Amino acid sequence: MLRDEDRIFTNIYGLEGADLGAAKARGDWDKTAELIKKGRDWVVDEVKTSGLRGRGGAGFPTGLKWSFMPQENDGRPHYLVVNADESEPGTCKDRDIMRNEPHKLLEGCLLAGFAMGAHACYIYVRGEFIREREALQVAVDEAYVAGLLGKNAAGSGWDYDIYVHHGAGAYICGEETALIESLEGKKGMPRLKPPFPANMGLYGCPTTVNNVESIAVAPTICRRGGAWFAGLGREGNSGTKLFCISGHVNNPCNVEEEMGIPLKELIEKHAGGVRGGWDNLLAVIPGGSSVPLLPKEICDTVLMDFDSLKDVQSGLGTAAVIVMDKSTDIIKAIARISHFYKHESCGQCTPCREGTGWMWRVLERMADGRAQPKEIDILLQVTKQIEGHTICALGDAAAWPVQGLIRHFRPVIEARLAAGPIREAAE
Amino acid sequence: MSVRRLHETQPESFAFTAENIEWSKGQIAKYPEGRQASAVIPLLWQAQKQEGWLSEPAIRYIADMLDMPYMRAMEVATFYTMFNLSPVGEHFVQLCGTTPCWLRGADDLKAVCRNVIGEQGDITEDGKLSWLEVECLGACVNAPMVQINDDFYEDLTADSFEKLLADLRQGNEVTTGPQNSRRGSEPEGGLTVLKGDI
Repeated sequence: MLRDEDRIFTNIYGLEGADLGAAKARGDWDKTAELIKKGRDWVVDEVKTSGLRGRGGAGFPTGLKWSFMPQENDGRPHYLVVNADESEPGTCKDRDIMRNEPHKLLEGCLLAGFAMGAHACYIYVRGEFIREREALQVAVDEAYVAGLLGKNAAGSGWDYDIYVHHGAGAYICGEETALIESLEGKKGMPRLKPPFPANMGLYGCPTTVNNVESIAVAPTICRRGGAWFAGLGREGNSGTKLFCISGHVNNPCNVEEEMGIPLKELIEKHAGGVRGGWDNLLAVIPGGSSVPLLPKEICDTVLMDFDSLKDVQSGLGTAAVIVMDKSTDIIKAIARISHFYKHESCGQCTPCREGTGWMWRVLERMADGRAQPKEIDILLQVTKQIEGHTICALGDAAAWPVQGLIRHFRPVIEARLAAGPIREAAE
Repeated sequence: MSVRRLHETQPESFAFTAENIEWSKGQIAKYPEGRQASAVIPLLWQAQKQEGWLSEPAIRYIADMLDMPYMRAMEVATFYTMFNLSPVGEHFVQLCGTTPCWLRGADDLKAVCRNVIGEQGDITEDGKLSWLEVECLGACVNAPMVQINDDFYEDLTADSFEKLLADLRQGNEVTTGPQNSRRGSEPEGGLTVLKGDI
């Protein structure tokens, strides 16, 4: 188990204050100027050395992403945009960072912004997080008063402004180009790439979009060294990670753990185990609703990191662990996820706009036993027609959970269809 | 994708209060010159706060303020689901029904809403309550939960939720956040990490 000394978010539960004084006592904003004076390349190299992979779901190496920003300024401003549009079902870690550790995020914004030649940063908070946005704004105001932001931020010689922006309820705005569109005052519809945001992002200027957690761990990485972070977890999957454990466990919670912790250990140590004991486990969605579920046999031994989960045809995603015990109607659970994607599709690409609703309707019928057995294969085929045929990854994200269901629980669907229509009592 | 249309009955006009006009200037100043359209979501949101819902005159008013074509502001208002295009109750309940909350009893909370309030979109006769099932609100380790106006109410049961609705209706003081012994996202019944001084 990760030692407390190696935890980055020591106030993740908000048991201490979130204010600047308390944050400084925890080590935030400690000699930030000295880190900046080591230079832009030094910051990027430390983050590259750390092996940090983006914490928003895709797991792209963060240091590498920063290095894509143009080295020379061609007259256009550079922007850092922080993706705080946390809406992946199962995920509620960035919320805790914003309300309990906002100064880690702000200091990270300064370091990351400096490393990519940006003087301005927008933090895009999901619309529903009203209290979290207020908490973040309080922290920003405190930092300005203390001279940590604004002209000559933290005495570093670098001018830096942070603005808190918000959405109004659209999951798709968590996709980086949709987020940029939204920030420009439009519907959140993803853009075709290329051009990539590092060349043409916000207002047509070089932009990097990073997840809250990726940015908030940067100051600690710079302070303790990339090698320290790389020493946790295993190669290619290093560091610590905030896990959100929800569903049928005795004590749902968020916890920061070492990457690569066995799933079983994570659930039993921190979440009080599966309701009714480990043997009562049916399946786990290991990384937020977008990734395929895993049946118990795989959960017994799988490790929680990007590559281990990829090897079992799932993914770490946002590390939101959704646990389902044997009482779960697994078809209904996945149908509800399909409803989510139907609701959140932006409507731009036909396979996703039409396909998400189609998959949902078929799954609802299957859950009620009102479908033909041959429709299982048709459903699987439709998921393949959606996957990879849309501008953004929402189409993939809608297809994968359904594929996971068919891959691991086909006999359950077949048995349900064989039993015939269920007449449910009115809810 | 959901189809969202303007309400059939619209007010004559809309105008920001003097205070909100000042506030809007501060918002617009966050964005580079000529990029004032970036402020459209915050301004529409403020209009909704002022009126309780978002009317067509309000959408036009914000579009004028930001020098945007009406259609562009209209697109934003209909695309983002937190904009209420029809009136809602004084306490507007957004009930999370997505899988993590569903696994922990969101259906029981829906039943409470149906009993106490009525169908989705109905406003109680006293104007106090209305509800809507929404998608994941991002408090999954505190499921099941609802958002009522600006606040989250988490770790609910059918009983505690029914009491919460009654208290809100009567104007009693209520506790926001988790409705059990938790403070936030820590495990109930004792920490597993960060127990001592670090």
